[in-house]
Amino acid sequence: MTPTLGKDLLGLEPLSGEQLRLILDTAEPFKEVSERAIKKVPTLRGKTIVNLFFESSTRTRISFEFAEKRLSADTVNIAGSGSSVQKGETLVDTARNLEAMRIDMVVMRHPSSGAARFLAERIRSNVVNAGDGTHEHPTQGLLDLLTIRDRLGRIEGAKVCICGDILHSRVARSNIWGLLKLGAHVAVCGPQSLLPRGIEELGVTVFRRIEDAIAWADVLNVLRLQLERMNAGFIPSLREYYRVFGVTVERLERAPRDLVILHPGPMNRGVEIDSRVADGPHSVILHQVTNGVAVRMAVLYLLAGGRPELAEAAKSGREGGE
Amino acid sequence: MRPMLLVGGRVIDPSRGFDEPADVLLVDGMIAAVGRGFGRPDEVELLDVAGLVVAPGLVDVHTHLREPGQEDRETIATGAMAAAAGGFTAICAMPNTDPPIDNQSAVGFVVKQGAAAAGARVYPIGAISLGQRGEQLAEFGELVGAGAVAVSDDGHPVASGHMMRTALEYARTFGIPVADHCEEPTLAARGVMHEGVVATRLGLKGIPAAAEEIMVARDILLARHTGGHVHLCHMSTRGSVELIRRAKEQGSRVTAEACPHHFSLTHEACAGYNTNAKMNPPLREPEDVEAIRRGLKDGTIDCIATDHAPHHYDAKEREFDDAPFGIVGLETALGLGVTTLVDGGVLTLSELLDRMSTVPARVFGLPGGSLAPGQPADIVVFDPAAQWTVDPGRFRSKSRNTPFAGWELRGRVLRTIVGGRLMYQAA
Amino acid sequence: MSAPVRTSLLDAQAIGRALHRMALEIVALAGGTERLVLVGIQRRGVELAERIGVLLRREHGADVQHGALDITLYRDDLNEIGPRPVIGETRLPHELDGKVIVIVDDVLFTGRTIRAALDQIADFGRPARIGLAVLIDRGGRELPIQADIVGERVPARPGDRVDVLLAEVDGRDAVELVRGSAA
Repeated sequence: MTPTLGKDLLGLEPLSGEQLRLILDTAEPFKEVSERAIKKVPTLRGKTIVNLFFESSTRTRISFEFAEKRLSADTVNIAGSGSSVQKGETLVDTARNLEAMRIDMVVMRHPSSGAARFLAERIRSNVVNAGDGTHEHPTQGLLDLLTIRDRLGRIEGAKVCICGDILHSRVARSNIWGLLKLGAHVAVCGPQSLLPRGIEELGVTVFRRIEDAIAWADVLNVLRLQLERMNAGFIPSLREYYRVFGVTVERLERAPRDLVILHPGPMNRGVEIDSRVADGPHSVILHQVTNGVAVRMAVLYLLAGGRPELAEAAKSGREGGE
Repeated sequence: MRPMLLVGGRVIDPSRGFDEPADVLLVDGMIAAVGRGFGRPDEVELLDVAGLVVAPGLVDVHTHLREPGQEDRETIATGAMAAAAGGFTAICAMPNTDPPIDNQSAVGFVVKQGAAAAGARVYPIGAISLGQRGEQLAEFGELVGAGAVAVSDDGHPVASGHMMRTALEYARTFGIPVADHCEEPTLAARGVMHEGVVATRLGLKGIPAAAEEIMVARDILLARHTGGHVHLCHMSTRGSVELIRRAKEQGSRVTAEACPHHFSLTHEACAGYNTNAKMNPPLREPEDVEAIRRGLKDGTIDCIATDHAPHHYDAKEREFDDAPFGIVGLETALGLGVTTLVDGGVLTLSELLDRMSTVPARVFGLPGGSLAPGQPADIVVFDPAAQWTVDPGRFRSKSRNTPFAGWELRGRVLRTIVGGRLMYQAA
Repeated sequence: MSAPVRTSLLDAQAIGRALHRMALEIVALAGGTERLVLVGIQRRGVELAERIGVLLRREHGADVQHGALDITLYRDDLNEIGPRPVIGETRLPHELDGKVIVIVDDVLFTGRTIRAALDQIADFGRPARIGLAVLIDRGGRELPIQADIVGERVPARPGDRVDVLLAEVDGRDAVELVRGSAA
């Protein structure tokens, strides 16, 4: 039996390797759709999708919008700012309002970890997590997986090191779960002040020096260093960060093999990554962006089709009482 | 008031090491006799308690009754009723209300509301600092004069070492404990759960164990330095238990409490962003739970307190980051004690009652905690074997925020008597 | 429900004969092989188009252009059937303008698949003409769509199923009617 995704995509942690492969395999034909002269298929015609962004995001929102439009869905963008508290309306009220408008899907980005799950438990529409706090960013994880698979031909056995601010990174968490479930070896590298406690217990190796990570890895996924981390006292300065942890041409030249370099963007050139690396032959950063649309189309497509019976199941579960 | 005779129960009085079948006679709101074969006064009201445990009423030195200021969550009246339903005959109300209980008239208000309530006795705890802001010492003399039994800035830690030192020194005049919420504020800042692998998985900001332990260590050192009595609230980590054990060996005047949730649950309860498992101090790791249990057994942790913290139903119905800390605890404390600690083989029933009644009364200098003749007739009657299901819809408390909904607990309170009057009777 | 009854409609030889005749008719329809593009519908349509291509090469010496369509994304019934997770390849010649496309499929039933295929081809270009060749026409149309070339007409009832089995996919060639099976 082919696996399904269920009602929502909240993270990669709850997915099986089989479900992850289903999404990646489904993304393949969608890559081709984006290469057509008419980059649009009628698959989700008549479906309404709300892009609910409580946090500003240009590239993720645009990538989702492209994916939705190429599947012919009707989309509405709602931009909120800050947390629900600042906004005045609680998330539960937002959820009830969306439900009342009979929308089919919600793509949500929110500054609080767990917000996507909170919403998903309260509405029948499909919910796609476009990033919740420092928890998960599953579609970014999926596009990274797809890019690694494109480049290496496989994920199983690949050595992937995620570099930088792991503590505050939802991209890191989604990558860790996705890679582990598909059989990759996963490591993280960064100053310990930016590594979450107990990260080893998830099954990842910790490198304290970027040189060691480069010597070990097939793939580096270089995370964006949020500039506000410096002000919060996690690192002394951006200059020092670049000196100690920056992914530079000089460091890559000493690597025993050619590395594949990923970055979720937007990049801080000269902080976590050298411009020559970002623009160089190892970089697959633009490939990631292209794959982002395909992966999101696959997710929307799979969730849309999985909807009726799963929504029923969710409903009967909920009617069991709080 | 008619005299009352409780006939045929198993009487456990940890204050005297008494645990045997006996009758208990209550006259004029006092314990008149415990034993067998004493004469029965005329018109005595007989209460058949065969097969049940009769014990000194439970004493909770740490509750939040929300009045004044947040009466939608709880009032002194509903809190006192919830307490009686949980087997408590005396509870201490923390001063972090709105406005805080930082002056004698505010203490007087709590005393007055408590006296009017039909439930457990209510003892106010005064604030350490004015407005609980940690800047200027409150007038302990006037607070105590109006009825305060301790001081605390609970809800907030006492961040300043100087403030804590002064409070401990000044409190010696009045012989009251200074109860501290141990939390180093810069380490705990914006944290919402225990810093560990579960927080890492959920992407939530952690509160490290060290944030508590640093303040426990500080308070111990200041207690030794000042000779004052520090009471450490809601201990949650194995490191804290270690520090307290050593401090007691060295003779410092340190007492400590632990909450039922900290000996019953781990941080795994937060999985799925369960806001009813969000509390401060947070639920910790299995090793911490084990240490708290051992600490209760060997007396390192003196007593059990609920940290009853009612919240309006929709306050917890939100993102984990934005939900408030705390759970209600008065109506589940005895059941959790019996189920987790007694049935779990950690404490004997007598030891559990010691930690929930005799010791907390002694630590805070309250009447009760004993069935010795001449003590107030504050009594709980419960069935230690009866099983019941936690149904928040049936709580007497105004609030329902508990992570224990649906739990099967043993130890069911059947009657609570305060000052010789029946204040609670199970349906 | 009684057990479904399976009866054979065409054997391997009959399928071969039908394809042979269809190939001739396709050449006639396209006015030769020069502008002809055979487009099979995933999945057995692709195999049938492939076989017709082999016949054309053998008998006309012509290498005709081939394409494949997976119409999953163009279906109008996603809600009812749930997603078909494995989407087959869609591959069409770069330039469709001026071509004569002959869509090849195994069974023509409601016409919805062909409707979707027409929509999809329109998103790729503007052929001079589009024809339709099916091995089996079982009737039961829900849309005004008819085949230009039919291998065999089979009167099937709404609850029946027509299975086209091909050696490349199923290990043997056969067309079978399964009567009374739930649709």
